[in-house]
Amino acid sequence: MTNPQTLTVRHDDAAAARTTQPDAGPLLATRRLNAYFGNMRAVRNVTVAFPDREVSAVIGPSGCGKSTFLRCLNRMHETVPMAAVEGDALLDGVSIYKGDMSAIEVRRQIGMVFQRPTPFPTMSIRDNVVAGLRILGRDGPSRKEADQIVEDSLGRAGLWTEVKDRLRESAVALSGGQQQRLCIARALATHPRVLLLDEPTASLDPGSTQTIEELLYELRKTICVVIVTHNMQQAARVSDRTTFMLAGEVVESAPTRIMFTNPRDSRTEAYVTGRFG
Amino acid sequence: MARDEGVGPMSRRSRHIKSRVMLGLTYGAAATATLPLLLILVHLLREGTKYIGVDFFTQMPKPIGEAGGGMANAIVGTLLLISVASAIGLPIGIGAGLFLAERRGSLFATVVRFLSDVLNGLPSIVMGIFAWEFLVRPLGHFSAVAGGIALGAMMIPLVTRTTEEMIRLVPVSLREAALALGYTRWRTSLTIVLRTALPGIVTGALVAVARIAGETAPLLFTALGNQFWSTSLGEPIAALPLQIFTYAISPYDTAHGQAWAGALVLILVVLVISLLARFATRSRFQASSD
Repeated sequence: MTNPQTLTVRHDDAAAARTTQPDAGPLLATRRLNAYFGNMRAVRNVTVAFPDREVSAVIGPSGCGKSTFLRCLNRMHETVPMAAVEGDALLDGVSIYKGDMSAIEVRRQIGMVFQRPTPFPTMSIRDNVVAGLRILGRDGPSRKEADQIVEDSLGRAGLWTEVKDRLRESAVALSGGQQQRLCIARALATHPRVLLLDEPTASLDPGSTQTIEELLYELRKTICVVIVTHNMQQAARVSDRTTFMLAGEVVESAPTRIMFTNPRDSRTEAYVTGRFG
Repeated sequence: MARDEGVGPMSRRSRHIKSRVMLGLTYGAAATATLPLLLILVHLLREGTKYIGVDFFTQMPKPIGEAGGGMANAIVGTLLLISVASAIGLPIGIGAGLFLAERRGSLFATVVRFLSDVLNGLPSIVMGIFAWEFLVRPLGHFSAVAGGIALGAMMIPLVTRTTEEMIRLVPVSLREAALALGYTRWRTSLTIVLRTALPGIVTGALVAVARIAGETAPLLFTALGNQFWSTSLGEPIAALPLQIFTYAISPYDTAHGQAWAGALVLILVVLVISLLARFATRSRFQASSD
């Protein structure tokens, strides 16, 4: 955490921010990104950067476009009918929209976990974890390698000790919080460089929420995490940086400590102090 | 409570009585709904069982009016016709249902959905005439394959619509989860969406099979029926409904008894198919995790 000016990349060149420190440079950055549903512009000219090995939170009131924005980062937005994206997003300096990368390749490098747990109900716990590796066919891991990946991924998701004796049982028999951690394990199994979480604890009880928040703290050591949440306390607890969105635009993006103690924009201050939203 | 008191105990009692009466009526309706099946089963068991023995399944039909004999050819014929019909109706129906669910808003999907509903309501005798006109007449003879195609065509709209409904029940979030893992659209559809909807689709397919297994009208002009043993798809073939029909309109009591027995076997065939398929879908989860 150095000078807030260099980390606030709202109106500045993403490349400049990267020069500060190779490790802390933005792994994922957007440039004047716009997202549409038909004629409705849900995300407006968003230029923001997410450093590697940090947890970045995106906050804002309901309908501010934060989920849509997140879905642009792994090209999930375009799977919705009538949806369109303008501008660009860069993964490690390479365009995910205009380069050679297919949407499939992008999603393998940038994993995603949704608001409601989505284990595949026809698969066992083990098969859920390796579901993303299945599509590799013959290039996929051997049985032994797969076993290792299952253990590693479930370990990173903090679920291994709870399920190691029932890997072949149905995934829907797990509790909601366990299902969500299974989804995180499933997303981690393909070794993505970025993990996007869209309100991952919104449907969970406080205990499960805490478990997942502690998990994010561990994940930050190895991966870039972007979490959308409408829970400001959660953003304050888990994130290193926070981006505040309002009506599709980024109002402010800064280290979380500064966002919640000394925001530059009066609208940010009004939101984080609970005066609206 | 106070307000209840104000309205008076009489009205409370009358509400209880009304509730009792309505409950009684729905009980009656529920019992009546199962009554036809119960009556049919009881009657079939009483009339049909005395003609069902090993002979019924292994013997060929005796000439009309002669006692004894069985329906081996008709049982095999019906199974063959169901197989041909399923081979045509299931893949086309499931594929079309998948298409309708995936492209639900397109003009083509709307047209297909409407036509499939029309086809669903088409009288089966019309389907028989259609198959006769386009298959039997050009080929110059009745055949099992013509009967199978007529039955298969009847299955298509049934399977299409149930498949579409079942796939629509799969939450969008599941589809998105697969896409977010890097699954392609078609792989998501086949391995996640279709697989999740499978138990419902199997049930729909069973309903379709059960429906066509007893169809008689489309077979009159196509499979025709056959008093002899035949498993050739190019020849006329016997079928249980046709055999039942032939025996039922004959003047002999023994033939009538055979018709009852045939009806019982037909119901049992449908029952066995249902149970097998249920068993198959239930055990699939254990199989897939191996």
